[in-house]
Amino acid sequence: MTPTRPVFLDLWRIRLPVPGVVSILHRISGVLMVLSIPLLAALLAQALSGPEGFAATAAFFGNPLVKLGLLVMGWALLHHLLAGIRYLVIDVGWGVDRPTARTTAWTVLVAAVAVTLIGAGGLLL
Amino acid sequence: MSRRASGLKAWVVQRATAIYLALFGVYLLLKLVFDAPGDYAALVEWVRSPWVALGLLVLIPVALAHAWVGIRDLFMDYVKSIGLRVTLMTVTAFVFVASGLWAMQAIIVAQIA
Repeated sequence: MTPTRPVFLDLWRIRLPVPGVVSILHRISGVLMVLSIPLLAALLAQALSGPEGFAATAAFFGNPLVKLGLLVMGWALLHHLLAGIRYLVIDVGWGVDRPTARTTAWTVLVAAVAVTLIGAGGLLL
Repeated sequence: MSRRASGLKAWVVQRATAIYLALFGVYLLLKLVFDAPGDYAALVEWVRSPWVALGLLVLIPVALAHAWVGIRDLFMDYVKSIGLRVTLMTVTAFVFVASGLWAMQAIIVAQIA
């Protein structure tokens, strides 16, 4: 049960295909959101605790560093959402062939960044 | 440890919760980006509207179930030491339950305060 298989783990020479990049970013974005769960619960409870709590929460989101973090979290949410929809579609059996899988992977990758930047730009204006 | 979330069941849970999260998540995202409550009164009024209250109360366990299946997969893939894996899963489970109950309490209290 323990055959000697060839193992190639030279990370600098492994070239991950685009669907693989989307996959690992799906995992990383998921971890980012998991890490934010306790903070989100605390912020929701604070905002709902009363006018002072709401003001404190609004001030927290007004901090430039927090806004930067929000940009990252916005990308994480959008990438996870779009990649997740792609996986659901693949589960149904559509877009499994390699050319289509690569096209949809590129679409997810680019659309998540584009929508994040458009959203950020819209909030600044 | 978690027979209920193993194998095929976890796969189904991940996808069923994903659909709710995608639908309600997009609503929440659009609401918070384009029409965020400007003050406490507006926030409470929004949280008190029946569909939002119900949607949020359903969202919390659904999101946590989705997050649990996902993070459990990562622990199983990347944490080879069984002791460390069980420790991480236990801590994560407690943080998830505490966060979920805290958020649900805030939403429920907002209905009656």
